[in-house]
Amino acid sequence: MTPLLEIRDLRIEGRSDEKWHPIVEGVDLTLGRGEVLGLIGESGAGKSTLGLAAMGYARDGVRISGGSVRFDGMDLLRASTEQKRSLMGRRIAYVAQSAAASFNPAHKLIDQHVEAPVRHGIRDRGESGADAVELYEKLRLPDPDRIGFRYPHQVSGGQLQRMMTAMAMSCRPDLIIFDEPTTALDVTTQIEVLAAIRDIVDQFGTSAIYITHDLAVVAQMADRIKVLLSGREVETAPTREMLTHPREEYTKSLWAVRGFHRPEKPAPAPGDTPILSVEGVTAAYGRQTVLEEISFDIHPGRTVAVVGESGSGKSTTARVITGLLPPRSGTVRFEGEALPAGYRQRGKDQLRQIQMIYQMADTALNPRQSVAQIIGRPVRFYRGLRGRALRARVDELMEQIELDPATFRDRLPGELSGGQKQRVGIARALAAEPRLIICDEVTSALDQIVAEGILRLLARLQDELGLSYMFITHDLATVKAIADEVVVMQSGRVIEQGAKTAMFTPPHHPYTDLLLSSVPEMDPDWLDRLLAERGVEGLGEAATDRM
Amino acid sequence: MSVWLWIVAVLAALLGLGWAGRALGQLSGRRRFRDMSLAEAFGWALALAALLGAAWLWTRPGAVYFRWALIGFAISAVAAFVFRLLGRHLGPERLRKQFRKMPLTAAFGILVIIIYAVVAIFAGWIAPHGQEAVLGAANVVPGGDPAMGGDPAFPLGTDRIGRDILSRLIYGAQNTVGLAFATTLLAFFLGGALGLLAAVVGGWLDQLLSRGVDVLMAIPSLIFALLLLTIASVWAEGARGWLTFYMVVIIAVIDSTRVFRLARSVGIGIVVMDYVEAAKLRGEGMGHLVFREILPNAMAPLLAEFGLRFCFVFLTIASLSFLGVGIQPPLADWGTMVRDLAQFINFAAFAPMVALAPLLPALAIALLTVGVNFVVDWMLHRASGLKS
Repeated sequence: MTPLLEIRDLRIEGRSDEKWHPIVEGVDLTLGRGEVLGLIGESGAGKSTLGLAAMGYARDGVRISGGSVRFDGMDLLRASTEQKRSLMGRRIAYVAQSAAASFNPAHKLIDQHVEAPVRHGIRDRGESGADAVELYEKLRLPDPDRIGFRYPHQVSGGQLQRMMTAMAMSCRPDLIIFDEPTTALDVTTQIEVLAAIRDIVDQFGTSAIYITHDLAVVAQMADRIKVLLSGREVETAPTREMLTHPREEYTKSLWAVRGFHRPEKPAPAPGDTPILSVEGVTAAYGRQTVLEEISFDIHPGRTVAVVGESGSGKSTTARVITGLLPPRSGTVRFEGEALPAGYRQRGKDQLRQIQMIYQMADTALNPRQSVAQIIGRPVRFYRGLRGRALRARVDELMEQIELDPATFRDRLPGELSGGQKQRVGIARALAAEPRLIICDEVTSALDQIVAEGILRLLARLQDELGLSYMFITHDLATVKAIADEVVVMQSGRVIEQGAKTAMFTPPHHPYTDLLLSSVPEMDPDWLDRLLAERGVEGLGEAATDRM
Repeated sequence: MSVWLWIVAVLAALLGLGWAGRALGQLSGRRRFRDMSLAEAFGWALALAALLGAAWLWTRPGAVYFRWALIGFAISAVAAFVFRLLGRHLGPERLRKQFRKMPLTAAFGILVIIIYAVVAIFAGWIAPHGQEAVLGAANVVPGGDPAMGGDPAFPLGTDRIGRDILSRLIYGAQNTVGLAFATTLLAFFLGGALGLLAAVVGGWLDQLLSRGVDVLMAIPSLIFALLLLTIASVWAEGARGWLTFYMVVIIAVIDSTRVFRLARSVGIGIVVMDYVEAAKLRGEGMGHLVFREILPNAMAPLLAEFGLRFCFVFLTIASLSFLGVGIQPPLADWGTMVRDLAQFINFAAFAPMVALAPLLPALAIALLTVGVNFVVDWMLHRASGLKS
């Protein structure tokens, strides 16, 4: 039997600076019927471009310059627009990374769902509606009879992603392309979506290409894994073989990333003054209370990780500490002295002591300033250095973050990679010579290898400069790697706190337990085991609770 | 009725032509023809018909302006090309590099702006006569051909009281462009600074400024300007210089409301960026926040607005001059000239040369407007290219 999808020597080019640059260079791909293929690689490896090319589609500014894409015997690159139109949605479907951005906010979900089957003339409106409800039920969405009559903003992110999967299933396609469908979700929500996608793909015997940068996720979903690096294939193998015996160096390095682990530092002496203590802080946006009676300490030279799902109040805590959001009650003390509530009332030296590093390096660096200007400004502002002294200090800071001053000094942020931008953000914080740095999800927008480099850099800087970190994250792997103490937050409260080793050994608070067990592991049976433990019914209820 | 029938018949014929052309193309089996929609084929047929129509029009003896427009277009294109060629091979390396990446439209815009600037600055040396000089022969036809009623001494003719139009056009560049430029700059300084300030500070200051701007915008701008200028003319006590100064300030204030709104809305989008937050937490002052962190990132939309606003200010000055409170009569101004010579446009059908007189100042306005906008477009393109 011929394979469902066969890509041969595919070459794709993208246009920038008025020239065509290769994005995908001669990739072969074969997908059998009912098979799930995982595509992994760093950002920029050409995963998404390849995924779209499997539908015979290229984005604006991108062209397919060679090779062939045969879907069920038909060459998609030579097919007419009409022929392709009859395939799209009907036999090939696509699930995008951000369901929130892919649904039209002005139409009800079910109206968008039935569009494809009605247009392709597979079913009429009524039948499609009934079928939608059936699919919603299969994907374990709460209240399947009525959820379709909501607008996209009225359901949660995880539900929306499942609605999107249901929509892709509406014509029972032969092939679905999933482009990072769970990347934007919390770990606990991710599980529900993963389980739902896997079930439905199994039930209908659909073939799928699953694109992700998360190895542990792909291990649960795929039968076979293909690793891409800058537009070329590194290797392809069945999932279990790939996980246990990777052949290529690059694959091994991907697998080894999770190996970075820093031993916990010894506990501080009982009488020590903490560098920062948050005491009974309650804060609100307008009438909505977002933090209730938060208390924790950060001791000099230690790393405190604050973990929790999105909306749990982690970033708000950081805003209270920096003075952007004056708390309703409670105090923040720095080395035993109470800090004024608002940042405007704080002195220059108080501001200097606490610095922030942001999640999105894109918005954290002014796109119109060069690296030297960005790093140089705090040096000039706080220490008053000028001219040659300023330049020397900037060079020194750039050495510390492992960027070559000669090459990068005059670059704009737009000319840097994600990891380099994050390093510049770190240098800007260091330039103020602070005692405490608040890291707000600093690695979550980065590839695993790059993220690991950033974590190692932060650990080294802590050893050299005796910095304290408050590390806000939702990624427990990061916590394991770098934290000394952990604070777990849920809906504005601190649920549990303590030393890292204590936190990772049972017994846990039930919520901590849920968080810990939801982190995907590099074991293809992990999801099955977890679902068996929790019971599938329980999962459905968990979804309802979160509405 | 028959007109409608004609239109329908022509459209149907074009559709047929498009369909036939596509069918013919499909015989060759080329991809581009196979995937072509009927709408696109119709578009090609329409373009072909328009091209043929233009060629036919060129041969008609009556279509004088059409031929002039085409010739003018060709000359502009060649001039811009030569200008860019010169720029690529002369001058310092940095300038040459700029010219190498420049599109033809931008080169044309820069050329136009340079020419206008030179003319405006050296008006006193270039113009053959004074702008106020009454030279005797009134209503001389442009073209300088005595057989047609022209006079070689006045290549672009004279107006109703016998002033040389060429000289007045040249002086007009000085008066109109200079004033419009100064007004737009002032409007941008006022509106931009206040708008960004409102965005950064927010709260009651934002409310106060925004509601104030709403009040100003609620009054029809021309009538408001007229009202204020009437008051100002009392203050000026007939001094021409003061009246012009008041006019600049008044138009700038009224136009700055639009700039304020744009600057505020762009600024609000930038203020929430983390780099602005980082600067605030560093303890930076308002000046650094507005001029270092926000303004450079708000430059692109503000520049685009500058190009448009410049043209509107131009037109406002022209309409105020028309009403007698703008640039005062003996001084040449393109807006006033269009109005003074307007009745000659009626002769367009019989004597194209006569009708040219009011079109010349209009052309001067149009050319500068197009030139400025070409340059602004190019700057925007470069700015957005850096971002990605």
